[in-house]
Amino acid sequence: MTLSIAGVAARPKTATPSQARKFKLPLRWISPVALVLLWQLASSTGVLSPDKLASPLTVAQSAGELIADGQLGEAFAVSIGRVFFGFLIGGFAGVVLGLASGLSRWGETLLDPPVQMLRTLPHLGLIPLFILWFGIGEEPKLALVAAGVAFPLYLNLHAGIRQTDPGLVEAARVLGYSRIERVVHVVLPSAVPQTLVGLRIAFGTAWLSLIVAEQVNADAGLGFLINNAREFLRTDVVVVGLVVYALLGLTTDALVRLLERRILRWRAR
Amino acid sequence: MASAVSVRGLRKAFGPRTVLDGIDLEVQPGEFVALLGRSGCGKSTLLRILAGLDREVEGQAEVPGTVSIAFQQPRLLPWRKVWRNISLGLHKPDGRAVALKALEEVRLTDHADAWPLTLSGGEAQRVSLARALVREPDVLLLDEPFGALDALTRLAMHHLVEDLWTRHKPAVLLVTHDVDEALLLADRILVLDEGRIVATHHVDLPRPRRRASVVEQRTRVLADLGVDVEEAA
Repeated sequence: MTLSIAGVAARPKTATPSQARKFKLPLRWISPVALVLLWQLASSTGVLSPDKLASPLTVAQSAGELIADGQLGEAFAVSIGRVFFGFLIGGFAGVVLGLASGLSRWGETLLDPPVQMLRTLPHLGLIPLFILWFGIGEEPKLALVAAGVAFPLYLNLHAGIRQTDPGLVEAARVLGYSRIERVVHVVLPSAVPQTLVGLRIAFGTAWLSLIVAEQVNADAGLGFLINNAREFLRTDVVVVGLVVYALLGLTTDALVRLLERRILRWRAR
Repeated sequence: MASAVSVRGLRKAFGPRTVLDGIDLEVQPGEFVALLGRSGCGKSTLLRILAGLDREVEGQAEVPGTVSIAFQQPRLLPWRKVWRNISLGLHKPDGRAVALKALEEVRLTDHADAWPLTLSGGEAQRVSLARALVREPDVLLLDEPFGALDALTRLAMHHLVEDLWTRHKPAVLLVTHDVDEALLLADRILVLDEGRIVATHHVDLPRPRRRASVVEQRTRVLADLGVDVEEAA
């Protein structure tokens, strides 16, 4: 999935008529709700054995229990912490490298070739190496998340800077902007939309990296909860873990969208 | 008095293609000069050289004073509000006050806090003019600034530019391919063709000029551009 990252363009502003959307939304819920009902029906009639997949009601019940006894909260905190620190490390690396290669010719000449080569590696495939390098504790998990975050951020920040309209830079030069002012007021703001795309992708890969990393060897966190549940054939707990993963991904995506709306409010409506 | 613009033996080639082929040009302070020519005659290249955007040239192109520019596209920073677009790069402590005063001159004070993408083409171009003039340039370069505007807006812009020029008196170099525009605004019209100045017309008509008053001279300028009006009609 890292291969397609550079090809994702900044989201064009869409003029979806909100009225049509409001009207459509309830209709769009028909089939998902029907599927859940069908799932419940299959479980209740015994077609679907709880060893394969627990019923929606059991899943909801287990979720309640896991929340009540604090297990879910604890696992949740551990996983979020991993993503947070991994993101911090990878984000810092991606942004620093992206700025260096975007803003300086030498930076690009020296940094871009190796980064472009490394990004073709599927970073999830690095787990064996990371285990050898960092052991089986927290470090390989953070490293995997960081690697998943750094590349999309680097690529999109770099591309965003490179896409700066030369006409605006020229105008700024004639109008007396200093070099720093050109970077701060012209180059960096024009890289923001593409960088936000990178941020969305980075969050996506961060969760993905976390899920894979937590499969390997975890004694805490959502991955541990899921793997532990598998040993006892508790498909209900597995599903709860998966739903929490999905909700976390949705939440960060919504946060970036919110950030986009705030930062890009200069775009014509 | 020293010239505001002094160009001698200016040559510029892009690879094998010669764009400017020995240009000599003096512009006096406060003079309004129009550079007229077809697309690709080198007029915009000349302006870019004078703006300091292209330094790989043969010959001399000197602009001793301050230069400011307005392009065909307004080239405003969409992520900075209108007044910031005007004050950025000025390095003045009371930037907003200065910007508001400049906006008043182009009658856009109401839009000071608007985002540039919400402006119409004519409004954005007026902001671009205000941004150029607020720098109190000795030389104002106008690179087809009315080219992308509709005919009615263009007329209003002509008046505005003449008005602003009368008030601030910078030397103006206006690049255009619109003969009427050149005749309405300029003291002197230079016709460029294949990188050379092939004709010079002095326009001594009183201001503000009306369309009818320039008709006679229009025919002669058009003849220099290789357009036979009689035949065309």
